[in-house]
Amino acid sequence: MRVLMFGWEFPPHIAGGLGTACYGMTRGLARNDVEVIFVMPRASGDEDERFVKVVNASDIEARYCDSNIAGADDIMRKISFIHIDSNMVPYISPEEFATYRESYERTGKKFWEREGDSWTQRYTFSGKYGANLMEEVARYAVVAAEVARQLEGKFDVIHAHDWLTYFAGIAAKRVSGKPLVVHMHATSFDRSSGDNIDTRVYDIERAGMAAADRVIAVSNLTRNIIIEKYGIPAERVVTVHNAVRFSSKETEIPERGVEDKIVTFLGRITYQKGPDYFVEAAAKVLKRVPNVRFVMAGSGDMMNHVIRRVARLGIADRFHFTGFLKGDDVDKMFQLSDVYIMPSVSEPFGISPLEAMRSNVPVIISKQSGVAEVLDYAVKVDYWDVDAMADAIYGFVKYPALAKMFSTKGLEEVTGLKWNNAAAKIKDVYEDAMNDCAK
Amino acid sequence: MKTVNLYFQVHQPWRLKVYRFFNIGKDHNYLDDFTNRAIMQKVARQCYLPMNALLLKLIKENKGAFKCSFSITGSAVEQFRAYCPEVLDSFRALAETGCVEFLAETYSHSLASLSSKEDFVEQVKLHTKMIKDEFGKKPVAFRNTELIYSDQIGEMVSALGFKTILAEGAKHIMGWKSPNYIYTNAIDNRLKVLLRNYKLSDDIGFRFSNQGWDQYPLTAEKYAQWVAEDAGEVVNIFMDYETFGEHQKADTGIFDFMKALPKAILSHDLKFATVSETAKVSQPVGVLHCPHAMSWADEERDVTAWLGNELQNEAFAKLYGLKDKVKALKNADFEYVWNFMQTSDHFYYMATKWLSDGDVHSYFNPYGSSYEAFINYMNVLADFEIEVEKALAAKKSRKKEIA
Repeated sequence: MRVLMFGWEFPPHIAGGLGTACYGMTRGLARNDVEVIFVMPRASGDEDERFVKVVNASDIEARYCDSNIAGADDIMRKISFIHIDSNMVPYISPEEFATYRESYERTGKKFWEREGDSWTQRYTFSGKYGANLMEEVARYAVVAAEVARQLEGKFDVIHAHDWLTYFAGIAAKRVSGKPLVVHMHATSFDRSSGDNIDTRVYDIERAGMAAADRVIAVSNLTRNIIIEKYGIPAERVVTVHNAVRFSSKETEIPERGVEDKIVTFLGRITYQKGPDYFVEAAAKVLKRVPNVRFVMAGSGDMMNHVIRRVARLGIADRFHFTGFLKGDDVDKMFQLSDVYIMPSVSEPFGISPLEAMRSNVPVIISKQSGVAEVLDYAVKVDYWDVDAMADAIYGFVKYPALAKMFSTKGLEEVTGLKWNNAAAKIKDVYEDAMNDCAK
Repeated sequence: MKTVNLYFQVHQPWRLKVYRFFNIGKDHNYLDDFTNRAIMQKVARQCYLPMNALLLKLIKENKGAFKCSFSITGSAVEQFRAYCPEVLDSFRALAETGCVEFLAETYSHSLASLSSKEDFVEQVKLHTKMIKDEFGKKPVAFRNTELIYSDQIGEMVSALGFKTILAEGAKHIMGWKSPNYIYTNAIDNRLKVLLRNYKLSDDIGFRFSNQGWDQYPLTAEKYAQWVAEDAGEVVNIFMDYETFGEHQKADTGIFDFMKALPKAILSHDLKFATVSETAKVSQPVGVLHCPHAMSWADEERDVTAWLGNELQNEAFAKLYGLKDKVKALKNADFEYVWNFMQTSDHFYYMATKWLSDGDVHSYFNPYGSSYEAFINYMNVLADFEIEVEKALAAKKSRKKEIA
């Protein structure tokens, strides 16, 4: 089986968990005899291509405004606030002017006029999550149509990850007629507080899922949101839990500086991650046991607010901030931790507790996270229930037997979460989608 | 004849290095040695050395008619000793002329006066001893960190045996009264209060090089004229010593201004005096009531630049919470850290009031934000606390062994 996959990022250059998940998934699929062609907006050339063929969308010349072939023209039209030619520089240099002038004298054609009503153009994607994200999303669809045309007959199914690639998936489906599977790693409702969602993103997500033959959700939590809030028929939505891949390299255990127990929160300090509940729980624990230190690793728009709250609660000598951590420092932080906590208000899956468990750290996770569905050896609390959270922290800090059990069993449990198994489920989804299409 | 009282404040904080969570428990060197040395040597080159040389020359030229006063913090003296002892020598040369008075203050340029009497007395005694050792004379006049003053602080200072204290001529305290007279403390009438004439002080300190100022350029003659015209008995001109060559660079002409100033002042019916002499030139005209702490900082002239938000209050509370433990250790190494952790600059970096005086705040701030400053300070404090606890435990077990 061959799959044309559209992603936004791929290791080593990643901004979040999406790239990591795509990498693990493609490895798993390769082991399940599925060939993957992975298209991304901007490849750097140092991607690991042992298990997957990477196509760089920035290298593809795409035809614009050719309504017969493109397959993505209505998408371009729908996103009317995007100026297609914004790639053009507003000012031209004297040399360029001379060239244009010369060609004008020769052909009588002004330089902005093009042959016919279609032209080909290469667009260099940033592949980031910047200001012109919407434009990149739309252009990606046009390029996707071109890729699907060039690879005609070389794939059986299309798989698109997250809303950024949904237009690309739709365009590829139109050109090729092959079934489309879209993968919801997160929903708009996870990215915002309450129901104040970005409606542009919501619309794209819904359009993608409506056009898809199958939708994969990373957890039942996400599946329910898809069914309830996006109105997608339940029988088309399948849950496939993420797995986790660990690098085999052994990290050396850093020397501990403090004898106190360390309770760690690691992640973006944003509303979605519930950092303030952690602070309240920390204050409750510190009232009972003084020899505990709390660490908040990461940065985010709520960081200053959290620092102020910590200062006001008078626990700043026991509550530390590390700022944004990367690479080895993240591993170091896990190694130094005695308890890991993820009090997310809404977490479609949540890979970080698995990384903590891998480092033998007992974890406390919120019931509002997808990862809670696959873990037994994790304490699960409601994100708002700071008393329960404080209780669990107290238990792990005070009763070594409890911590020992959770870390030992937890390591076993997390080692069992393999991408091979998840990929096998994804392969089943592909087959269902293909069967539906053939009917 | 009106008296001109020139007073300069000399201070450099010990700056902390970037101290991460991962350092806690392992790394006990808290200072940024490179930055401390670089800044101290730069300021010495641009300000302390040339300005001290100029003042010495002016004193000699005017044969005792030109006088001024200084206060130098303990942390500045420690850094002179470490990085540029020649500055200390030049201050000693000034002390030997007899025309320069050295004032007492808190050793660490600390906020101890806002913490407790005990902390304050300790800081002042430490500084008084240091000044006596370095310059041979026990100070009799006092100036508190950043001119922080209240009735209670004045009472503590008087109880310590000082006769005179400096304070800000803040509008909200003075009302219709003029800073150009001598006042007394409201609780202890023996203590004389000299008030800063902030208009004339800031003309040099802040406005001197401001080309948008309608009085630019400021000449010594024009300035002397203003001083002569300002009604009253004394004119107290107080400022940071770093004004000369550092805040106002040499190319603004600040040294030339200073060179011409004594002659210009003395050509009017004016004379120079040190702080203690100024306090004796005439009788106090009244009592100054100041129930709440004021200072010379910012538009508000209060203490919110150091203790104005929850970050600063928390750091302050946690720092002074360690006091008894540090005292119990009686160990010079711990006291050294204890002293530089008290320096008010650390709290100044945590200020979040950027509206009225943001420029001044950011000029002195090595941190990207108040939050960074807070995190760094608390990390250092956490390690210091662990070390203190360890040392205390070791001390206790030693005592047991002996017993």
